Amino acid sequence: MCTTCGCAAGDVKIDGDDPHHGHEHVHADGTRHSHGHEHGAGEAHEHSHDHSHESAHGHRYAPVHSNAAPAHSHAPGLGARRMVQIEQDILAKNNAYALQNRQRLAALGIFTLNLVSSPGSGKTTLLCKTIEMLKGKSVVAVIEGDQQTSQDAERIRATGAPAIQINTGKGCHLDAHMVGHAMGKLELPADSLLMIENVGNLVCPAAFDLGEAHKVVILSVTEGEDKPIKYPDMFRAATLMLMNKCDLLPYLSFKVEAAIEFARRVNPGIEVIQVSATTGQGMDEWLAWLARGAELAAAQKTVAGGVPQVRSAVTETRAGA
Amino acid sequence: MHEMSLAEGVLQLIEDAATEQQFERVTTVWLEIGQLSGVEVEAMKFCFDAVTRDSIADGALLEIVATPGTGWCMQCSMSVPMSEVFGECPQCGSHQMQVTGGTEMRVKELEVA
Repeated sequence: MCTTCGCAAGDVKIDGDDPHHGHEHVHADGTRHSHGHEHGAGEAHEHSHDHSHESAHGHRYAPVHSNAAPAHSHAPGLGARRMVQIEQDILAKNNAYALQNRQRLAALGIFTLNLVSSPGSGKTTLLCKTIEMLKGKSVVAVIEGDQQTSQDAERIRATGAPAIQINTGKGCHLDAHMVGHAMGKLELPADSLLMIENVGNLVCPAAFDLGEAHKVVILSVTEGEDKPIKYPDMFRAATLMLMNKCDLLPYLSFKVEAAIEFARRVNPGIEVIQVSATTGQGMDEWLAWLARGAELAAAQKTVAGGVPQVRSAVTETRAGA
Repeated sequence: MHEMSLAEGVLQLIEDAATEQQFERVTTVWLEIGQLSGVEVEAMKFCFDAVTRDSIADGALLEIVATPGTGWCMQCSMSVPMSEVFGECPQCGSHQMQVTGGTEMRVKELEVA
């Protein structure tokens, strides 16, 4: 693991590159730093772990086995046991990166959405259609998350929009740190839209704030209408539910009202728009929703550094106007 | 959900604390896990054991402090217990509920040597 910024070791690739290749990287806030050559357990750079612990050797920590008994505590500096208060959110690190991303995006007035769904809901098709319909009106950049391949980023680039692919390797969700790296590789003009297409997964991405304005959950009508109560965390985390593939409703037994009822049971405030990326049904309503969000983000644009106060002042002015 | 990532997050907090507070072994970790946090305690324990192997917390005991779920019922205008994020109000049966407590996922404290 990178001890400077806490990046997990491993298989994350951004447009095919290891974000740590060269051991230097740039953060969302523009901080650039290089890394010592430290690797996580399982990588053979430092020393091998396949030895027994009978002799003195260069471990940093006391050699430990399961049920480590005090008899093993022969490392220097080990004293009596004591309690250490931590009181920190397990996701604190992710949330700190998300805040950095959010501040950087706010400074540019960029409206950012985190698109989440199960695999196969039509996220990428919907995104391509959205970009085509916004052509000439709004600039859209895309961060694509998948475990493997850059096929989705290629589909987005074919529409003319800039896209960066994050491959999470074994990971089941994007986190704010990966997104910060990807943002550094994208040209993000002021007052534009940034769409982050998360890994297709209705569970894990719910907990990871990426710095977005809203999570938008896509539920396609070829899925069950009870998805919202089967995967409540995601539907609770989302502001908007896009019900996709609505052109197929005549051929299915999917009950639209039941799906909306289930979604509101989990999240009473969730907005719902029925769309079809194929026929264009409902796309105007979706684009109007996007335009309202983008307008607000642009109006609340902050100057770097003066974030929360400036934002609330602008909000109050708008509310009073 | 995603207990492996959470377990990695716990280990990061522990390692950061070890650097700041100068300790070299962790023997017990107390986590506060809300009933509505979506964390599966058994999966968390399994993942914690896996990610802490060969780390400063190898073999540490994981103690889970469960906190109850609570919500605000918009119909009753009162705070009520909730057992699921889409639970209904035990008073009036309404689903117009906002979760107000029980989503915590925190590292509370450590016993260290």
